[in-house]
Amino acid sequence: MTVAATGTYTTTIGLEIHVELNTASKMFCGCAVAFGGEPNTRTCPVCLGLPGSLPVANEKAVEYTIKIGLALHCDIVGASLFHRKNYFYPDMPKNYQISQYEFPIASGGWLEISNGATRRIGITRVHLEEDTGKSVHAGGSGRIADSEYSLEDFNRAGTPLVEIVTEPDIRSAEEARAFVAELRAILESLGVSDVRMEEGSLRVDANVSVRAEGETEHGAKVEVKNMNSIRSVGRALEFEETRQRRALDAGETLVQETRHFDERSGSTSSLRTKEYAFDYRYFAEPDLVPFEPSEAWVDSIASTMPELPAARRARFASEFGLGDSDIEVLTASPAVADWFEQAATAYGGDAKKIVNWIIADLFGLLNEAGIELPASKVAPSALAELVRLIDSGAISGKQAKLVLGEMFTTGGEPGAIAAAKGLRQESDAGAIEAVVDEVIAANPEAADKVRAGQQSTIGFLVGQVMKKTRGQANPALASELLRNKLS
Amino acid sequence: MGIDRATVDHVARLARLDLSADERGRMQEELTTILDHVTRIQSLDLDGIEPTAHTVPLRNIMRPDEVVPSLTQEEALANAPAAEDGRFRVPRIVEDA
Amino acid sequence: MAPELTRTSAHDLADALGEDEVSAAELTQAFIDRAGEVEGSLHAYLQRADEDALMAARASDDRRARGEPRSRFDGIPVAYKDIFVTRGITTTCGSRILEHWVPPYDATVVDRCSAAGLPLLGKTNLDEFAMGSSTENSAFGPSHNPWDLSRVPGGSSGGSAALVAAGAIPWAWGTETGGSVRQPASLCGVVGVKPTYGLVSRYGMGAFASSLDQAGPLARTVADAAALLEMAAGADPMDSTCIPEPAPALLEGIDGGVDGLRVGVLESFGDAEPQPGVRSQVEEAYTRLEKLGARLEPVALPSFEYGISAYYLIAPAEASANLARYDGVRYGYRAEGADIVEMTSRTRAEGFGAEVKRRVMLGTYALSAGYYDAYYGKAQRVRTLIMQELERAYLSLDLIVCPTSPTTAFRLGERTADPLAMYLSDVLTVAVNLAGNAAITVPCGLSPADNLPVGLQIIAPALGEATMFRAAYAFEQDLGWINSPEGRPPL
Ligand SMILES: [Mg+2]
Ligand SMILES: [Zn+2]
Repeated sequence: MTVAATGTYTTTIGLEIHVELNTASKMFCGCAVAFGGEPNTRTCPVCLGLPGSLPVANEKAVEYTIKIGLALHCDIVGASLFHRKNYFYPDMPKNYQISQYEFPIASGGWLEISNGATRRIGITRVHLEEDTGKSVHAGGSGRIADSEYSLEDFNRAGTPLVEIVTEPDIRSAEEARAFVAELRAILESLGVSDVRMEEGSLRVDANVSVRAEGETEHGAKVEVKNMNSIRSVGRALEFEETRQRRALDAGETLVQETRHFDERSGSTSSLRTKEYAFDYRYFAEPDLVPFEPSEAWVDSIASTMPELPAARRARFASEFGLGDSDIEVLTASPAVADWFEQAATAYGGDAKKIVNWIIADLFGLLNEAGIELPASKVAPSALAELVRLIDSGAISGKQAKLVLGEMFTTGGEPGAIAAAKGLRQESDAGAIEAVVDEVIAANPEAADKVRAGQQSTIGFLVGQVMKKTRGQANPALASELLRNKLS
Repeated sequence: MGIDRATVDHVARLARLDLSADERGRMQEELTTILDHVTRIQSLDLDGIEPTAHTVPLRNIMRPDEVVPSLTQEEALANAPAAEDGRFRVPRIVEDA
Repeated sequence: MAPELTRTSAHDLADALGEDEVSAAELTQAFIDRAGEVEGSLHAYLQRADEDALMAARASDDRRARGEPRSRFDGIPVAYKDIFVTRGITTTCGSRILEHWVPPYDATVVDRCSAAGLPLLGKTNLDEFAMGSSTENSAFGPSHNPWDLSRVPGGSSGGSAALVAAGAIPWAWGTETGGSVRQPASLCGVVGVKPTYGLVSRYGMGAFASSLDQAGPLARTVADAAALLEMAAGADPMDSTCIPEPAPALLEGIDGGVDGLRVGVLESFGDAEPQPGVRSQVEEAYTRLEKLGARLEPVALPSFEYGISAYYLIAPAEASANLARYDGVRYGYRAEGADIVEMTSRTRAEGFGAEVKRRVMLGTYALSAGYYDAYYGKAQRVRTLIMQELERAYLSLDLIVCPTSPTTAFRLGERTADPLAMYLSDVLTVAVNLAGNAAITVPCGLSPADNLPVGLQIIAPALGEATMFRAAYAFEQDLGWINSPEGRPPL
């Protein structure tokens, strides 16, 4: 689908990301925040926009927004204000959204992404607003365009929503993907959102424009919507980038429009809406008084900030001596990183061994079982113990894999499992020496080759020792004895 | 300071008011009369005077993040002009005319 | 006690109940009967709740009989402007668009008065969404003035004012945005209060202009008005703009007199030159205050005359957003329409009356791109100017006095053809709302020109209610008009 374009172009991408906060109650009323459920069972006079109802801001939502602002290196404003954004839509109970305009809670920050080179993407603003309800389009294909009528559920209406707007600093679909992945990891480690894109708790819109190299002014801005996973952010924007380049190659002029990404076809298509200038008639929300976070409060929020992914990656490198690829895998999810860190600390030795067991073995088992690492029966300390058994030579690496399989299903202790399965490794020099003597006696030619300096043959003799001990001899010890006796 | 018919039409669309032709005509006259009167504030020197949105000097009024009982689905839909499957039913959604 | 229950103040009724001279059921029945006599001429009620009120009254009598804890005014009925949301009782805001809306909750004001044991007798008529000065903008027909049925009771809280004046209810709640309690109270010869913005919760009050709206009591006496206000005032966690303090004690020291109070007399009126009859009555009132020991001095508030202009930009702008929720989706009237835009636009065109549409258009225009700075932005600065001017005045003054309305009650239809003329009815009251100050109107007799009531307006700084009530009470007691034969409307 994505044929490389011939001309050289610059791509400019800006993202607008909406994050649903996971507070207990809604932004301006006490209704519970949750996903799904029976329609219209989590509403009240306030979030249904009944006459006479008034909003009162959720302190936790403000705190979370400040947290996000701090994590994105923003300035937290001294005085913030809510504004009314006026437009009619049936999923919006008051037909205005309580949002922020001139005075967002946080602004002027940045986020570093490392995708090959490290690049700093500017954060224009982070503001707090309320989510809308949900429409179900009935009749036709279920798509809004050809539906006969719609049904409104206001359970989601009033859910605290943080809007994060980036500067147009992103230069490729891959950078956009990396940005969203990094932001998602940050939000997850802050614990302020479920960040489930498929459930809509993290929603990404992008403005993409392409212009020929040297061309000074920006190309037509195209807004891309409906990217429901980090992967689809990459796919959608790569498609759009290429589409625009090819169009320019073909000498076409691009129009400012909104395009919808289709997961199945992996392509974007124009929504063909009348592009008419919106006039939101913003004005200060008279039902809510100004908001001035005290320095003391902002400081106390800052002091509760967890270690963010970037800092943790740096520490994994310095503290555990891990390489970039391992670190990337481990820190993709804070939960996995936590698990690894517990195991590595419990182990105390070379953390690389722990990493290998997680990535090479545990992940495989998790995939088969279709569960996440934190949900597995294997405790971090148990994995540490398993690796220690190998180090001490009590069991072989081969045996350890069998033990791990058992640990994964039963959650048992590695030592106990090995014993029960009769899995042990002979590491008593005396016992092995006897077998070594038998093997040398039984294989004189091989022994001579080794005496003649053909070290490679030792492998064969070790194999014979293992055979005689039914795999229980410590192979390292066996080859050491053979070498001594045949030198 | 008058207001022309095109502006009346634009504003009526923003406000979602399906006004009849003569309503628009009357609206144009009346709004013009009222605007002529209120335009007197244009003559005031307001440099350096901050706008007032709130007269109460309150700040940081917030509620704790606590869940309180919601209305039942029946209560929520009790006044609905049209409902279906526990939801409010509305005609086909189209972009603003 | 007074021979006639329906001409008795809530305070005296409370005493009578305390002395077991009358039961709550009896006096509630008396007001129901009186309402029955006058309602045909006044058309002041939109909903009656006689049966529920009698039940509540009997419950109050049981509390008294069993010696259970009761509020001082337990058992004395009240009426609410039909813009206060009442659980299970149709609430229309005077609009066709809410004709059959039955709310699932109670306004805080209603909640508190019910908790104090006040039986709810009914919901009173008003200009649609409180937009008007005569009740002629009610979708359900205008109310009439008990002093002259051919005249308006004023508005928007005209139904409440007419009922209190006619003795069909001891007291009632109204709401203010630009004078909607004071102006009808003045035109009907009763007491009306516009409290400091934030003193009373707005939760459950159909919103017109959020930064100006305040609930206000209407009563025949100053003390009753103070008592009703005290009952509902104070912190409410459901309203972010409600001052988080307990209700002030307004009755305590209300009889302290005006001796030594510094009172500014507003002398220049801009567009609001009062009728001679109004002027002569308020000037007598000034003299009376002076006789009672107040120190009068002239005060000039030049920015007052810009109040109407600022008000008619700010209020419609906020209203244009507050009324956007009436779209036929979740409640209220719905017109047919092939798609959502057509349905909503027809619903609003058919469901709203002419004045509401006019103000929604005006407000939408004032906020729209390209006009915001020239209109809404400037109006908010004028608002600051008015506040600063009043603050300066209060440096040397405790209170400011002027007429409440430049005219007495006008004839039905007299101003309906000319919106601007109607708007100018508020010229002496809007500045107080723009500044968030407190004000009260007290009857000061009849205009010699037309024998219609004239109201004296007493304006106080924010949270200056105690002093304001003290002055109003002293004046009322000395005048003694309300219980005189002259203070009784012919109806
Ligand atoms: Mg947004
Ligand atoms: Zn709610």
